[in-house]
Amino acid sequence: MATVSATPKSKISGGSFLLENRSASDVFTPEDFTEQHQLIAQTAEDFAANEIVPNIEKMEHKDFSISRDLLKKAGELGLSSAEIPEVYGGMELDKVTASIIADHIAKYAGFATTWGGHTGIGTLPIVYFGSEEQKKKYLPRLASGEIVGAYALSEASSGSDALNCRARAELSADGKYYVLNGEKMWITNAGFADLFTVFAKIGGEKFTAFLVEKTFPGFSIGAEEHKMGIRGSSTCPLILNDCQAPVENVLGEIGKGHVIAFNILNVGRFKLGAMCVGGARVSLENAVQYAKQRKAFGKVIADFGLVREKIASMAALIFVGESLVYRTVGMMDDALSQIDKHAPGADKETRKAIEEYAVECSIIKVWGSEMIDYVVDETVQIYGGYGFVEEYPAERAYRDARINRIFEGTNEINRLIIAGFLLKRAASGQLPLMPAIKKLMDEVMSGASTEDFEGPLSEERKLVSSAKNLTLFAAGVASQKYMQSIQDQQEVMGAIADMVIEVYAMESATLRAQKIAEQSASSAMLPIAMTRVYLSQAMEKMESAARKVVAAAADGDTLRAQSAILRRLAKHDPINTIQLRQEISQKVIERGKYALN
Amino acid sequence: MKILVCMKQVPQKDAPLKLNEAGTWIREDVSYEVNEPDAFALEEALRQKEKHGGEVVAITAGPARSQQVLREALAKGADRAIHLEDAGFVGLDALNVARALAAAIKDEQFDLIFTGLQSDDQGYAQTGVVLAELLGWPHATIIMQIERTGDGIRVKRELEAGFFQFVDMPLPAVLTIQSGINKLRYATLIGIKQAKNKPMRKVTMAEVQPALGPNLQKVERLHVPQKTRNTEFLEGAPAEIAKKLVDKLRNEARVL
Repeated sequence: MATVSATPKSKISGGSFLLENRSASDVFTPEDFTEQHQLIAQTAEDFAANEIVPNIEKMEHKDFSISRDLLKKAGELGLSSAEIPEVYGGMELDKVTASIIADHIAKYAGFATTWGGHTGIGTLPIVYFGSEEQKKKYLPRLASGEIVGAYALSEASSGSDALNCRARAELSADGKYYVLNGEKMWITNAGFADLFTVFAKIGGEKFTAFLVEKTFPGFSIGAEEHKMGIRGSSTCPLILNDCQAPVENVLGEIGKGHVIAFNILNVGRFKLGAMCVGGARVSLENAVQYAKQRKAFGKVIADFGLVREKIASMAALIFVGESLVYRTVGMMDDALSQIDKHAPGADKETRKAIEEYAVECSIIKVWGSEMIDYVVDETVQIYGGYGFVEEYPAERAYRDARINRIFEGTNEINRLIIAGFLLKRAASGQLPLMPAIKKLMDEVMSGASTEDFEGPLSEERKLVSSAKNLTLFAAGVASQKYMQSIQDQQEVMGAIADMVIEVYAMESATLRAQKIAEQSASSAMLPIAMTRVYLSQAMEKMESAARKVVAAAADGDTLRAQSAILRRLAKHDPINTIQLRQEISQKVIERGKYALN
Repeated sequence: MKILVCMKQVPQKDAPLKLNEAGTWIREDVSYEVNEPDAFALEEALRQKEKHGGEVVAITAGPARSQQVLREALAKGADRAIHLEDAGFVGLDALNVARALAAAIKDEQFDLIFTGLQSDDQGYAQTGVVLAELLGWPHATIIMQIERTGDGIRVKRELEAGFFQFVDMPLPAVLTIQSGINKLRYATLIGIKQAKNKPMRKVTMAEVQPALGPNLQKVERLHVPQKTRNTEFLEGAPAEIAKKLVDKLRNEARVL
């Protein structure tokens, strides 16, 4: 594996992948991990294998003393504080490192949720919005795992629409503390956490965040939820009954709780994607190991084409997932490296730099959570009847994966974020989407020939370019029809988001494979095969989504004309994906797990 | 105590190995890791340092990629490292590797040198012993335990059939360490960060060349074992099967 360190590049603006052609040298890939990244990956991997995995059964049965103990151990190793500044006892490392840790910790979803709740939404509100005193008081203990963090935003009747929360806060008569009343729901780590970021409206109006310790008077925890999956994590409601939070525990500005609420999900979403990739890798390994020893009709089922096809598809998805996640965090790190961490307002700059890639982060979340659902589903299928019983790991993984499409912003909300953010940027002129659409339309009308690509993966890069054009075309047709009211057309927005997601996935995989090919042709065989398999299936999705948008936006002769354009833009020759999947599965089965060599 | 730990980078245990074109060794494009017994040797050295103070130095000989094992050692707590960096070290026999190591440390004064019992790839189990001979030091192999005794050490050696041997030795000495004698520590993130700033001395092939001689051992050809497995079902009545089985065990397998 190459150990080329990432050199600072010019900052790439969020969402611009849709309009600009990128070259392989523009993207960060797992092959670019530095020696330090690799050592940290090893520590996280060993920690997961030696400390987490042997304790799965106990945590599944809610022995949370184990979870706390593991958080302590992870804290001591430094695995829980990559994103906490050194001055507050953290490791202060890049987002690539944060993602690498999340990726490897995710060997067991129950603890990954605990760890993610603690290090992400449980800790980051203080990192990004805390006062100097709050940071000093809480961050070192959160970093070491001495105290456990949690985040309390949702309520029984408000989830993604968090601003509708009913919890209230009133200033006490002596002005020393706020009195909080209300209930919070679905709070990860609630059963054993020490510190909660709780959202409530002061005077029923000013949406505000408070740092609430579990020992504050009037604070109590409800019963554990009986969940479909991630049973190894704690999820309970909070009950605030005249709960007293000192005024110095207001987090951020009064009435500006929404800034925290939305940003925190933003700055943590990319790690959820990394965890989905890590979880999928484990699931594939289980599936392959089982397929290699289970016999039917006198041979192992790993010899059957329909099983091999599944194995290859899963491996290709993991390759694409890695490409998506690390490309995105690589871009973030480039942007973050340009910020002076010690200058005043650095926290805000950091948040802004991460928010720049809100679209990419949402894509990772949506794509990653749907990818792992596919992988765990096919794992159950490979296990057959054994996949349906609790004694084998496939069943638990299947249940565990489902929550990923729901929490940290449902995939529906995230799809609206993806399409909405791009259209908003287009409207404000930040992203020249409309001129690009116009140029494409002109080209289409004049029948201008498409761009030519040379070198390795030229066919694939051409396909990525077609996918971008197809997306612009669909977005253009929809904008013409709906104008400003497109925001209200959720189905259209969702279809456009699907196309944007596929473009980013297709391009990330292609550029990574190209980068590997440029270094060594022999090690690129598998990455190229995986990329081609993925591109082929992604193109089908693209076409179907584009057709849906066009059909909704036009009818009669216009629809016929636009369909003809659509077909021309989507035109590509079929490739032999059966052969490619055979090659991929051969290697994966030989290695017994996901591998690129 | 000042302890040198000799470490080697070897192909990962589950890596699929392919022969190079000449068929003399494996292809380079595999994943590598620290030779397992060497990891235990390093852990033992770090524990000795924690008990008695001193310094732990890690050394390896190999191409640029092998620096990874030294970084790992530094991340786990070694104080500094010595890298004999050249792809040419890969093909040396145990005698020449020991000569190269001895030449690289000629200006140092170590109390102890640890190596792993053997390497997971070539498995000679000679480098440590030969190194002791070249230095004129005593050595002991397959070490399970080390205790300080006044100005020397007492070591526990693993013998065959569950026997152990305790040996008192003077210092300096060379010990080859058995796998599994302690619990390996993790490289902490703070350790990994600090490792970047720890000294790493580079030694070129040219610097140690005068100490080397011709390779007395040469790998002519590697062979991948053919998978052969024949299952034969014996049929008939139980007594008949038993008779056939005894016959086969006696005359074909020759184990009776």
